Amino acid sequence: MIAFHARLFGAVVALSLAASSPALSQQLELKIMAPAAPGGGWDQTARAMQQALVAAKIARSVQVTNVAGAGGSVGIAQFVNGAKGDGNQMMVNGFVMVGALAMNKSPVTLEQVTPIARLTEEIQVIVVPANSPLKTAQDLAAAVKADIAKVTFAGGSAGGVDHVMAALFAGTIGADAKKINYIPFSGGGESLAAILGGKVTAGISGLSEYEGQIKSGKLRALGVTSEKRIPGVDIPTFKEQGIDLVIANWRSVVAPPGITPEQRKVLSEAVEKMVKSDAWKDILKQKGWEDAYLGGDAFADFLKKETTRVTDVLKSVGLVKS
Amino acid sequence: METFAALAHGMAVAIQPMNLLYALIGVFLGTAVGVLPGIGPALTVALLLPVTYKLDPGGSLIMFAGIYYGGMYGGSTTAILINTPGESASMATALEGNKMAKAGRGGPALATAAIGSFVAGTIATIGLAFLAPLLVDFAVKFGPEDYFALMCVAFVTVSATFGDSPIRGLTSLFIGLTLGLIGIDKLTGQARLAFGVPELLDGVEVTTLAVGLFAVGEALYVASRRHHAEEKIEPVRGSLWMTMEDWKRSWKAWLRGTMFGFPIGALPAGGAEIPTFLSYSTERRLSKHPEEFGKGAIEGVAGPEAANNASAAGTLVPLLTLGLPTSATAAMMLAGFQQYGLNPGPLLFAERPDLVWGLIASLFIANVMLLVLNLPLVGLWVRLLAIPQPWLYAGILVFATMGTIAAKPSVVELSMLAGFGVLGFLMRRYDFPIAPVVVGLILGPIAESQLRRALAISLGDPIVLLQSPMSATLLGIALIALLAPFVLKGLDRFKASED
Repeated sequence: MIAFHARLFGAVVALSLAASSPALSQQLELKIMAPAAPGGGWDQTARAMQQALVAAKIARSVQVTNVAGAGGSVGIAQFVNGAKGDGNQMMVNGFVMVGALAMNKSPVTLEQVTPIARLTEEIQVIVVPANSPLKTAQDLAAAVKADIAKVTFAGGSAGGVDHVMAALFAGTIGADAKKINYIPFSGGGESLAAILGGKVTAGISGLSEYEGQIKSGKLRALGVTSEKRIPGVDIPTFKEQGIDLVIANWRSVVAPPGITPEQRKVLSEAVEKMVKSDAWKDILKQKGWEDAYLGGDAFADFLKKETTRVTDVLKSVGLVKS
Repeated sequence: METFAALAHGMAVAIQPMNLLYALIGVFLGTAVGVLPGIGPALTVALLLPVTYKLDPGGSLIMFAGIYYGGMYGGSTTAILINTPGESASMATALEGNKMAKAGRGGPALATAAIGSFVAGTIATIGLAFLAPLLVDFAVKFGPEDYFALMCVAFVTVSATFGDSPIRGLTSLFIGLTLGLIGIDKLTGQARLAFGVPELLDGVEVTTLAVGLFAVGEALYVASRRHHAEEKIEPVRGSLWMTMEDWKRSWKAWLRGTMFGFPIGALPAGGAEIPTFLSYSTERRLSKHPEEFGKGAIEGVAGPEAANNASAAGTLVPLLTLGLPTSATAAMMLAGFQQYGLNPGPLLFAERPDLVWGLIASLFIANVMLLVLNLPLVGLWVRLLAIPQPWLYAGILVFATMGTIAAKPSVVELSMLAGFGVLGFLMRRYDFPIAPVVVGLILGPIAESQLRRALAISLGDPIVLLQSPMSATLLGIALIALLAPFVLKGLDRFKASED
């Protein structure tokens, strides 16, 4: 009798387990915070996740909220305090937030959140106007070594990935990163105008942003920051030109502090399933984002290393007081 | 001729029934969000992006453009009727438009805004079709030093135009410049005047300031005067439509507004605010009825309204030809292009002519739709003014608060709105002009960062400001505008002593 019960119980469990894995995840009702205004990279990432998670039937509903302000400092503060222990919430973040938190002396840090996964990355590029005498990354390096103050770099906001990259470029070729003449512009549009108009020596940005101008011949790309050449892109990497500059503008997703290991597992699995779905792959293709999925502890490690690297660079250029 | 053929082809694309429907939805949504303070066309396009990604690219881009044009138009309706500019670009419209509405001339004010927007939008769209390549070269050559000089012109004309005396105008301007310092410094990333409040790190939101000063300040002021002398609001006095005299006074202002709006809108850091205020100042100088300014002069509505719509077309020039987004809405439209794997830029005209010219052609159509949609509503809108004052102002307060919360849900933002409301009340009470505060907030940070960029590029040599012919000319104009009143006064005295 007991044996029968146990067997029956076992069968029921097995049955319900078989049925539950899709059914359970179907019950997921997630909230994803984009710590930025609608329209930017983080917002687009959050909305892309929303689209893919629902389309691939991984979650029943996903709600995206925007909390804009100070490179994500406002959003993460609200996330860490307000969503503590909530296994149904996630927040998108990325490279820029690392610098912003350090510069704004934010009381909340990325150490407090629960890392889930890195999702995408964008390769960076250095460009010069078509009529510039600089032809290769080595030419630019020589110009920087000759008189660092005279070489002006245009790029995005102070302390962002473009700025960090300019400092790394100078540091890598043996110039004094502290003396770089970096001119921040708000948004790619304005800096593009300054580059095309020949107001600055070189421009730094995400590759996709300048791809059209590079293809049409108005800008010349001196190098990209990927480890190896990107298929279909006819631009040499810095590495093959003898300059060890590898950096990417990555975006990732994190969970609140204080969630249980089970909750973390559910979210990690949902995200892992999402990046493998066709819906997600379609979106990446459309937006021109590189898949850079890195999950679990490997991502936690990466986040720690990147935080140290960025903070060191920002200290070296004087944006963060040590 | 090539342009004509391309445009005709574009027309054929635009008048497909589905595209007409998209344009209609666009202008309707745009008008609706333009009316709400805080919710702008940029936010609307952002929210629609994921929804439209399955639609055909041509259709949804046409809809986005309709939202953009509609938003520019809708903002003026609330500016005129209840002194609550829905967009910072409608601020100049509120100055005279609301005075007209209170004097029973809300009908003509709304009409001149609608027709002016139509005229300017149409001329500017023609400009977009024919001048885009030329204008782009000019826009790209506009360097940081030139922007700084343009800002100087705007500062001088604005502070001299508003208020009874330049001192009062300058006082207001400096309040705005100070507010503009709040937040993270764009060039060094350091926080200024934020006092450790994270919400202040991004600076003061322009719509919060404008709505606080204009709408909340006005409501407080009206409430405080209620027992002294109640201001009589007449919903309609005289004709609901524009008289011959109104037409005569409006048409030149429309054209001049377009001349300011289109080229400045095409500049990568131009925006819609500078041309509207420059247009307002110009109309005030040139008007044959300067005494009416501040009491409801129709030129003061016609010019700025034309300027803001023309600048909307202007921003499409660098967007389509270079892939340069120069306003928040244009940036969202760029995201819209990219969502379909299209990269706006020099290649887009060659690769997807049907899309580009279809878009340009549907801008003409959107303009006609806006006119048709809005003119019949004028009669309905002015009825709003017949609502008893306490109700109307209570409604305005609710409306302003909701708009602010919708844009940025935070206690700090709401406290700022209330604080700016009190500031607006005090300034009104003691006769300081309000508009220069907002101008200072918008242009101050731009002027500062452009000046510092110019100096960083020249390695600290100020002579760069005079080396560029454009910047030297603009600085010259600013200097003359600043000194002219004093010099003229001096000459008068000289003449008097000679007699």
